Amino acid sequence: MVNDRFELNKNLAQMLKGGVIMDVTTPEQAKIAEAAGACAVMALERIPADIRAAGGVSRMSDPKMIKGIQEAVSIPVMAKCRIGHFAEAQILQAIEIDYIDESEVLSPADDKYHIDKTAFDVPFVCGAKDLGEALRRINEGASMIRTKGEPGTGDVVQAVRHMRMMQAEIRRIGSMSEDELFDAAKELQVPYDLVQYVHENKKLPVVNFAAGGVATPADAALMMQLGAEGVFVGSGIFKSGNPEKRAAAIVKAVTNFTDAKLLAELSEDLGEAMVGINEQEIELLMAERGK
Amino acid sequence: MQIGVLALQGAFIEHEQMLSKLGVSSFEIRQKSDLDKPFDGLIIPGGESTVQGKLMHELEMFDSIKEVIDNGLPVFGTCAGLLLLAKEIENDDRLHLATMDITAVRNAYGRQLGSFYTEGEFKGIGKIPMTFIRAPYIKSVHGDAEILAEVDGKIVAAKQNNQLVTAFHPELNEDLSIHKYFIDMIANK
Repeated sequence: MVNDRFELNKNLAQMLKGGVIMDVTTPEQAKIAEAAGACAVMALERIPADIRAAGGVSRMSDPKMIKGIQEAVSIPVMAKCRIGHFAEAQILQAIEIDYIDESEVLSPADDKYHIDKTAFDVPFVCGAKDLGEALRRINEGASMIRTKGEPGTGDVVQAVRHMRMMQAEIRRIGSMSEDELFDAAKELQVPYDLVQYVHENKKLPVVNFAAGGVATPADAALMMQLGAEGVFVGSGIFKSGNPEKRAAAIVKAVTNFTDAKLLAELSEDLGEAMVGINEQEIELLMAERGK
Repeated sequence: MQIGVLALQGAFIEHEQMLSKLGVSSFEIRQKSDLDKPFDGLIIPGGESTVQGKLMHELEMFDSIKEVIDNGLPVFGTCAGLLLLAKEIENDDRLHLATMDITAVRNAYGRQLGSFYTEGEFKGIGKIPMTFIRAPYIKSVHGDAEILAEVDGKIVAAKQNNQLVTAFHPELNEDLSIHKYFIDMIANK
């Protein structure tokens, strides 16, 4: 039965592919996101840029606020819980969330253990910087992976680094001989069967999205060309000058990510992009949370 | 035979893989110019119907797609594809291609916790695997639309002349029989 749920949860992620998942903080924003073509929304009280600005401990959102967003839209609704905070995850499951993001954007609740996601019926998405992290999260029951990137910065460099790292490691595992896989499993600190899957299929066993720092249609196209199967956009939309237009442009950029002529049209007149922070200026590296 | 797979959003690669296993070639329809290529059948995949419907309009493909279906091109819609083809959606006033005489119910089994797998009888084929992901079902069929499968008293597959729809996702399981059924529809046209 556990296995059946895992399959169904992986399947939902497959339906999200080629789409854009947008962070929203109110039912009104959720409706704007849905109308702009979001394939799902992430309900949270504060978007990562504001979490970063406010500092302090950041927790799961108020269930009432999440329910308001669930009522406002017909597309899947995701919400974040803290790394290792299985009680927050239980609460999110109780309100029938469509996907839980066990997220480094919030303050970690456990500095050693992630949630045992196999104990849940609802699906989990987790962030990863490299193949080892991705496979460890999948082994814990995550049915979708996203790059960690660096949330709330509007700087895509870390998402690029994490996606390139994952793809390079997948290529490396793919080209190994069978007898080298045992050592690769040891090195990545993951079970052998997951390494074998990557070796045979040249991909992760679950859907892999880009997240953290995507702010423009060009950023989204870049991540798709680097191998992402879809894109999360957090602060990039509602921290920009014209959220509706930017959101719709990013959706179209993800569908036609190799058509530079169309991308040029989509990039015109979007108004001001979110003010970014360069990685050297960041005091708190969220991507270092949960390994 | 060449099948166009609408590749705006969702699980289109899975359909391409099923077709490839059957030895049928396919190509992705991502923008208007892709519709200039000749194709004998069209697959509208699972995903989010709101996203695919909106992109069909914004990428100026909507009228051409509706026209080829109205003119008899065989089309196969799964899940979101079913909603895009339905002439009526009970709990949503956003209609899309509206070419098939069915009344659908969107997210009819609730949220992701309501997603399920079962095996059910499909008319003319027998028992097949059926994966339902935040699925719709068909409340009623009208005109010459025909019921092909029911699960727990709910209609989950139907056909009307050139149009085939399933509320479940045959592209997510190994069983090729529904795709074969669609290929036969094209061949016998």
